[in-house]
Amino acid sequence: MQTSTSSEITLDVNGEEHALSVDHRTTLLDALRERLDLTGSKKGCDHGQCGACTVLVDGRRTVACLQFAVAAEGREITTVEGLAPEGGALHPVQQAFLDLDGYQCGYCTPGQICSAVAVIEEHAAGWPSAATDDVRPESGASSLTPEEIRERMSGNLCRCGAYVSIVEAVARAADERAADERGAAASTEEAAV
Amino acid sequence: MREFGYRRASDVAGAVALLDADPEARFLGGGTNLVDLMKTGVERPAQLVDVRALPLDGIEVSESGAARIGATVTNSDLAVHSEIRRRWPALAQAVLAGASGQLRNMATVGGNLLQRTRCGYFADVSGPCNKRVPGSGCPAVEGEHHNHAILDATDHCVSVHPSDMGVALAAFDAVVEYETAAGTGELPLADFYLPVGDTPHLETALPPGALITAVTLPPAPVAAHSRYRKVRERASYAFALGSLTAALEVREGTVADVRLAWGAVASRPWRARAAEEVLLGAPAAAATFAAAADAELAAARPLTHNAWKVTLLRNLTVAVLSELAADATGPAADRAAGPAAGPATGPAGGETR
Amino acid sequence: MTTTPTGTESATARRAVGTAHPRVEGYEKVTGTARYAGEIPFVDLAHGALVLSTVAHGRIVSVDEAGALRMPGVLAVLHHGNAPRIETEYVGFLGAPDPTTAVFQHDRVPTRGWPVALVVAETPEQAAEAAASLEVTYREEPHDTAFRPDHPDAYYPGSTIVGPPVSERGDQSAALAASAFVVDELYETAEMHHSAMEPHAATARWNGGRLEIVDSNQGTVWVASELAKLFSLDLSAIRVRSEHVGGGFGSKGCRAHQVAAVMATTQLRRPVRVVMTRRQTFSLAGHRAPTAQRVRLGADAGGRLLALDHESLNQTATGYEWVEPAALPARTMYNAQAHRTAHRLVRLNVPSPTAMRAPGEAPGSFALESAMDELAERCGIDPVELRVRNDTQVAPGSGKPFTARRLVGCLREGARRFGWEQRTPRSGSTREGRWLIGTGVACASFSARAMPTTAAITAHPDGTYTVHVNAADIGTGARTALTLVAADELGTDTAHVRVRLGDSDLGPAGIAGGSTGTRSWAWAVNLAARELRERLALGADIPPQGITVRSDTTEAVKALGHHERHSFGAQFAEVAVDPDTGEVRVRRMLGVFAAGQIVNPLTARNQLVGGMTWGISMALHEEAVRDARTGGHYSPDLAGYHVAANADVPRVEAYWIDDPDPEDPVGIKGIGEIGTVGAAAAVTNAVWHATGVRQRSLPVRPDRVLAGGAGPTGA
Repeated sequence: MQTSTSSEITLDVNGEEHALSVDHRTTLLDALRERLDLTGSKKGCDHGQCGACTVLVDGRRTVACLQFAVAAEGREITTVEGLAPEGGALHPVQQAFLDLDGYQCGYCTPGQICSAVAVIEEHAAGWPSAATDDVRPESGASSLTPEEIRERMSGNLCRCGAYVSIVEAVARAADERAADERGAAASTEEAAV
Repeated sequence: MREFGYRRASDVAGAVALLDADPEARFLGGGTNLVDLMKTGVERPAQLVDVRALPLDGIEVSESGAARIGATVTNSDLAVHSEIRRRWPALAQAVLAGASGQLRNMATVGGNLLQRTRCGYFADVSGPCNKRVPGSGCPAVEGEHHNHAILDATDHCVSVHPSDMGVALAAFDAVVEYETAAGTGELPLADFYLPVGDTPHLETALPPGALITAVTLPPAPVAAHSRYRKVRERASYAFALGSLTAALEVREGTVADVRLAWGAVASRPWRARAAEEVLLGAPAAAATFAAAADAELAAARPLTHNAWKVTLLRNLTVAVLSELAADATGPAADRAAGPAAGPATGPAGGETR
Repeated sequence: MTTTPTGTESATARRAVGTAHPRVEGYEKVTGTARYAGEIPFVDLAHGALVLSTVAHGRIVSVDEAGALRMPGVLAVLHHGNAPRIETEYVGFLGAPDPTTAVFQHDRVPTRGWPVALVVAETPEQAAEAAASLEVTYREEPHDTAFRPDHPDAYYPGSTIVGPPVSERGDQSAALAASAFVVDELYETAEMHHSAMEPHAATARWNGGRLEIVDSNQGTVWVASELAKLFSLDLSAIRVRSEHVGGGFGSKGCRAHQVAAVMATTQLRRPVRVVMTRRQTFSLAGHRAPTAQRVRLGADAGGRLLALDHESLNQTATGYEWVEPAALPARTMYNAQAHRTAHRLVRLNVPSPTAMRAPGEAPGSFALESAMDELAERCGIDPVELRVRNDTQVAPGSGKPFTARRLVGCLREGARRFGWEQRTPRSGSTREGRWLIGTGVACASFSARAMPTTAAITAHPDGTYTVHVNAADIGTGARTALTLVAADELGTDTAHVRVRLGDSDLGPAGIAGGSTGTRSWAWAVNLAARELRERLALGADIPPQGITVRSDTTEAVKALGHHERHSFGAQFAEVAVDPDTGEVRVRRMLGVFAAGQIVNPLTARNQLVGGMTWGISMALHEEAVRDARTGGHYSPDLAGYHVAANADVPRVEAYWIDDPDPEDPVGIKGIGEIGTVGAAAAVTNAVWHATGVRQRSLPVRPDRVLAGGAGPTGA
């Protein structure tokens, strides 16, 4: 059976549509880096073993190296470049990594940050982790302890060994998000009164 | 990587037909294993049939306590599902112990069962491997095998199945549903994987071209008191050296019901039926647990450098069954897992922030 | 200008140095806009993929170049049959060049994973497939890749990069005979790989008669000068840039990818990028050689050392001699009337080893500090106290006094912060649930050296400054540290200082290696800034092109002479061991260091903690496994070669005590490596304390813990 080995596709990246002709072998990671010049997503291992290429697909963190670009058509892709508006304020996770030195060489950093953004959302949505003592829903939500952050962030290797600062940065960003939610809830209550 | 065609299937019949038409085609699910193997050259399909858009991503749990899990449900969606967590906590724990958050968001239930071994010889296309190139030999038997199989392996292949999820599914009597051009079918997980024998390249009993559509779990009240523990060479993001799913119900000091399965010990998730036989009706005590483990491990045929896994599995079995028994009789009897001895986590550090 | 160091005094009060400052390139790093070597776009770029040997020893019989050229997009296949001849008879920065780097010069294959060809194609996908499909046939010869302590071919090398391989003083057997307590044990460390997150990548092109290379390395002049020698070019004809570097740890010098890229661009006359795959880094990028170390200690009844003998054996390649100087720590740490250190090598069909973060000290301190712990146990003396008793103010190796040695201060401060006094001396005595708990201590040292460096600073009319120094920021925070150093000496705010680095056109400079980088570069920056400030103080108007002052520390560094200048540290660890499963978890770790002036506490803490994290990783995880029959690695990737993941790293704290170096203008000693030294031993000593069983082979895998049993209280 003769089939084409390339396709014309449209990728939705950071809210922008990009028309591309891709060799089916082109991974989402290579499409981002080599074709769209979005080099924030890094290639550390190219086999799903390091997390440096972590991007959000339909809001969930994934590794871009184990997806083909052609299969990513129709999905909303967010890379590190799309977390904060250009020239605008940093995403709270980015700001926390910057302030607390949650990196050294910086190569794993975009993946760490994309992962952390998702970790905070996953935890807020009540997802358990392998560090959660009791996964049954009756046990209620676990708090995002350092141990929980470490487990949830373990899909992102950092060879410089900046994990301690990374955990501090994720914790701060999570606290800020929780405080914002409380603030929002309080003001809603106020408005209701 | 070889050039390949790509088709996205929108219904099951269409997907099966596409694969049927091309012997060199493969289904593409989450891709976490297949894409990796295509990069290393282990897999060289001419066509991929993308099945992720198929309407197979639902989880249904009936009032009777049976579950039907669609084949394209992601690992994450399975692990966070509240009924799965309530009725089969060890299944959720097993999934959460696997890979990383990113990979669990991609990987599917069907793909998890079909994933290939992580044996380093299998992944190295420059050398022999009977699973990859039938008849070429198994370098692990005389080579690196400190994490290879201790049960049911042959001289033809000593690799282990890497799945964590599969260990829980094996314990809970899962049944795999599939579809081919000829119609639908089902296979109990116990019959799903083929014995290694002299054909390690033939891994499952699925008919050619079959697409897994769902995995079902029968009702099992004992599963609510279950736990998954995994030992690996780092605290997270590593494949198992040995793992275990155990479910235990104790009545008046006697084992009233039990499920036990092991991971990373054989070419398939290993249901420990011999151990279960010893346990059922016996006193829920450490001596029983050890005898049960020994009964299962009597068939172990370790290699030069992996005999330690016999000790590991014995110890793990005694430890986890003891914890479950303590939970069932102690003050935390209503809990499947207590914080004092949590599953697969690090030791408590007394840390706060 | 004068280059005489004038001590730590500064004409302006220090404001920036010693104050926490976020990385100046932090915005680029957290937004993904910092571009690394493989990310700079080039028009008409071609992609090269290396092909490595699949036999461990032999000759190449044929390379099917024609077959590969028929594949879609393939532009060229370079191999020993058609590649240009290059010069390999020279002495470079690390001595004779690593033959792995001088690609495609002959048909001999000395190791599996040896570069045999480069396939260049229009796209990365085409290059990868053609490289994977390239048919290379070999005539195999017998190989030996099995490193073992009793290998019959072990020999004493003639020299090492750190001095003579053997040092000996006193009568060992007499001192041992006179000792009340003796330790005589074998310690083994595994083959380790740098595994920087960014794999090696280089793009080469000819531009107006100059060879331009965008690379990821630890020193652009280092790489440029090696390439100049290899290709017989004038150094001025090469420009190497390396702005952001995704980690190096010793692996990022001149390697096969740059050389292959230069060959390809020279042939194709278009830019060629060569990126190593992760798997390829395991044979092309160097490694820390596995070691087998015998340590013999003899002590009097009070635990004072009478005899110390540390002999280390490491593997090296058949065509390249690399001594892993693991007995070095003994020349610094502990004195004895009979004192011997020695290094031996065995040549195997393995890839070339090289320096890796804390070369020598990391594996050597594991052995020596483990042995000291065993001695403490035998003497019945607290391990901290034993080390205090054996403190020396004279370096055992040279007999010279230390410029400063605040080791005891580190031990005391560390013990206080860690809560050491609450420790029960007996092993296997603490249990929490399924975990046995133990604590351990170890000492650390690392030499403080400097390399000649040039710098230039331009004062602009708008009141800002540009610092030009060919530093390499491989994650150390050098860019930020140099900003702080310059700001202080110029008497300006850090916001007014820009640092340009990572470009061989900036001139000669030390590399990012040996914990010398920041010290070397800061010295030159400090001198230039000082003179520039004096110049500006005269009140002249600044012309549009600015006023530029240059510095060169060559003479000043030479004038330093050979002193025993070292950083010191004390490492403490608490571990939990599950005796049923063999799992080991580090629960907390704490290090105190006397390591010179700390320039930026924010990044310094991170770097020291990162070094300690490497110690955890070395102690528990890292091990490249080799199949003796194929001679190749088993699972050479990040799933098979485990580096510590986030969950492996608990609360880790790093502190420092005051220790400015009086002969350095900024007081710096360097902190890139000291955090790693002793860290693995602290962990394994804690494992002993938890279980009562010594773990003398790294890494401490679950199977090794189970094999050892769990000592007196084990299950």
